[in-house]
Amino acid sequence: MIKFLYDGNKITAGLYGEIDHHNATIMREKLDLSIKENIPEELILDFENITFMDSSGVGLIMGRYKLMNELDGKIIIKNTSPQIKKIMKLSGIDKLAQIL
Amino acid sequence: MNILNEMKLSFSATSKNESFARAAVSSFIVQLDPRVDELADIRTAVSEAVTNSIVHAYRKQSGMVYITVKILENRIVYIQIKDRGCGIEDISKAMEPLYTTAENEERAGLGFAVMESFMDKLSVKSRVGYGTSVFMKKKLSSNGAEE
Repeated sequence: MIKFLYDGNKITAGLYGEIDHHNATIMREKLDLSIKENIPEELILDFENITFMDSSGVGLIMGRYKLMNELDGKIIIKNTSPQIKKIMKLSGIDKLAQIL
Repeated sequence: MNILNEMKLSFSATSKNESFARAAVSSFIVQLDPRVDELADIRTAVSEAVTNSIVHAYRKQSGMVYITVKILENRIVYIQIKDRGCGIEDISKAMEPLYTTAENEERAGLGFAVMESFMDKLSVKSRVGYGTSVFMKKKLSSNGAEE
């Protein structure tokens, strides 16, 4: 569900499948474990292989945004589909995190 | 308005069934040959409503979620999602964007905002102690195959 790539102070988390309330809970644990173990300066969330996302994905990003903020790091979101962009725009998260 | 086709579904209010619920609704609607983005909108709205029932209505208690989908004339899709959970005390407050009662579970408080913006019509009926029903409608564009 998540493929991690470590490169110096960066973590790229390649997310796979569908992000709903059920899967977000599992992804959240895995992401937090990796962040807390590595304290990266940059967390890149790659949505290329996400086939569905509802507002649970917004909660997932917001939570990681807060955590990275506490660690003085930043979060970058990339490869979002038009549907995912639509939800992100509605939530205003596009103003908090950098979306590539 | 005439009902051209209809389906009813009930399932346990467990988070594992969120993907099943949206897959089932979208398989039923595929007969209208909707545009990819319209189908994605419906899938997302259904996911939000079902998640509300599971997370908020039943909390950690067991219960059932009921879905009715009707295909009406003129490519109108009508969806009702019902639970017999705790009910909503103040519907207008619950519908405010970013309002949530499950903050520590990282709920963004956007469920109703997504349903409202992805569907054409949304209405909510609720009675504390008895449950909640969400009604949604969307008219599909005529880009797909006609009836």
